[in-house]
Amino acid sequence: MTQELVDKIKNNPDYQELISKRSSFSIKLSIAMLVVYFTFILTIAFSPETLGIPISSDSVTTIGIPIGIAIIVFAFVLTGIYTKRANGEFDDLSNKIKQAIKED
Amino acid sequence: MNMFNRIFLFLILGTIAVFASGTIDGEIVKQDLNMSAIVMFVIFVGATLGITYWAAKRTKSAKDFYTAGGGITGFQNGMAIAGDYMSAASFLGISGLVYLKGYDGLIYSIGFLVGWPIILFMIAEPLRNLGKYTFADVAAYRLRQTPIRSLAAAGSIATVILYLIAQMVGAGKLIQLLFGLEYEIAVVLVGVLMILYVTFGGMLATTWVQIVKAFLLLSGATFMAIAVMAHYDFNFGSLFAAAVDMRNTESLDIMSPGGLVSDPISAISLAVALMFGTAGLPHILMRFFTVSDAKEARKSVFYATGFIGYFYILTFIIGFGAIVMVFQNPAYLDLAKQAISGGSPILGGKNMAAIHLSHAVGGDFFLGFISAVAFATILAVVSGLTLAGASAISHDLYASVFKKGKADSMAEMRVSKMATVGLGIVAIFMGIAFEQQNIAFVVGLAFAIAASANFPILFLSMYWSKLTTRGAVIGGSLGLATAVALVILGPIVWVDILGNAEAVFPYKYPALFSVTVSFVSIWFFSVTDKSHDGEAERAAFEAQYIRSQTGIGAEGASEH
Repeated sequence: MTQELVDKIKNNPDYQELISKRSSFSIKLSIAMLVVYFTFILTIAFSPETLGIPISSDSVTTIGIPIGIAIIVFAFVLTGIYTKRANGEFDDLSNKIKQAIKED
Repeated sequence: MNMFNRIFLFLILGTIAVFASGTIDGEIVKQDLNMSAIVMFVIFVGATLGITYWAAKRTKSAKDFYTAGGGITGFQNGMAIAGDYMSAASFLGISGLVYLKGYDGLIYSIGFLVGWPIILFMIAEPLRNLGKYTFADVAAYRLRQTPIRSLAAAGSIATVILYLIAQMVGAGKLIQLLFGLEYEIAVVLVGVLMILYVTFGGMLATTWVQIVKAFLLLSGATFMAIAVMAHYDFNFGSLFAAAVDMRNTESLDIMSPGGLVSDPISAISLAVALMFGTAGLPHILMRFFTVSDAKEARKSVFYATGFIGYFYILTFIIGFGAIVMVFQNPAYLDLAKQAISGGSPILGGKNMAAIHLSHAVGGDFFLGFISAVAFATILAVVSGLTLAGASAISHDLYASVFKKGKADSMAEMRVSKMATVGLGIVAIFMGIAFEQQNIAFVVGLAFAIAASANFPILFLSMYWSKLTTRGAVIGGSLGLATAVALVILGPIVWVDILGNAEAVFPYKYPALFSVTVSFVSIWFFSVTDKSHDGEAERAAFEAQYIRSQTGIGAEGASEH
């Protein structure tokens, strides 16, 4: 990649839009995953009995079980949200940038 | 392909001969020959050798060998990644942990899963856009080839060999228990099959072996979970109530966190190892080069996360199923051991919980199926590992370091095949050498090295413009050395294996410390690098970043 091409892509508004949108999106999603997971793991470290509270007075099932399953589902849903937006909106922007380079 | 036919025939005959000779006087742990398991296993081996034959005809270039020609779809790759990740250790180990400790098993599997979304958001796309065959392609993209490739190859080979030891020892013991074969025969059989898959079929065969295995494992586990739930009218509350009843514990300790992670430092350190370690495993990273572009790479992670998450939920149900159906069932108890130490030890140890459960819900036939699947799982995982290790040797060390990038593709592929055979032989010897050793530290060490050496270099090379060769090499090496030293000085090796009274380093998981050492020293030795090369490397970041984000100029995209 020549310096000329680098400068041209850098100044392309579509490229700037792609970078800013995708960076903020992937950082937000990563933080969401990290916050959920570390909250879970630190609850186990500092207060394991919290997750051992029964879901109802006559049940042996603890709230830790639906919470654990929910974290697995949450991780999957996050990958789905990212993939959908990246494969649509972000790839469209990438293609516009590639098109712009070809046209010159 | 004549040679292949002959080897194929030899192997089938050899397999039969091996099984036929397995009846010689048994040891205590060895089971009787399990015919349905053997028949199903032979079918699996036959089918995968068929796949290998088909793949061998399509593997003509180095690109085919390393990446299956880049033509795997996102869905297929997702399944294959799941196949790589759902090892026999996670199937038998996590269900065994749930069986023994209940909720702690779930904590463990969640840790193994949460790295995947981060891989998708941060790593998958730039990796696909910048790399060709190995993750070192990305790390060395704008840095000096020789030192970076050497370090990345060292990290990869160390991770691969440690993992291989764990898999081989697991395979030997499992097969002893399941099929009634000698330990050494089992290890040699796994080693030979794996060499055949990889040298002849390359990535294409490895990928399809993974896909077939993932499908069989998910189907078998689904059937077991449904069979368990059907006993309780698909009501989780009743299953848990029966399990707690069975365990006869006053407190609900299988239903809440136990002693797996006791203090905050260990908890965070384990989390760091699992998250960053997953993102630094060479055999996992390599899978991203088998798809055509970033779009398919993203889909791969989406499907893989789904399959892996679903699998962990199944292992949780299977573990509880084993509590209600295997625990205290005299058919599965190790009576000799019970007579000595009391309690309710099951035959073959806690890792056999899922295997016994398969017998409890589906009889001999299903036991045979699950045993064969467990063995197939090991075969598939060692193949993926070996291919990744062989690529580090041929692509990073031979072609880039030794030949300075001037090796021709055919010679590189030959080296790769030789490396595969070499790694296979190393794996067989290590498997036999470590039979009686305590290998509890091995997988933990593999993850620690991946998290402390491979991941920081890869991540910073993608995102940090000021990274220089000096920083990456010194920092990555320090991270690797710290991880190894802390594992040796920690409780598992220093106390349990070497027999010292107290650990020098008190925590089982070193990743929090070694990863910090790695990142901080990479930062320090990069920013203080005033060399001319360092300047040029920083200046090259922009062009690399554009390619990593847009795929302009990426491998594959430029070829049509």
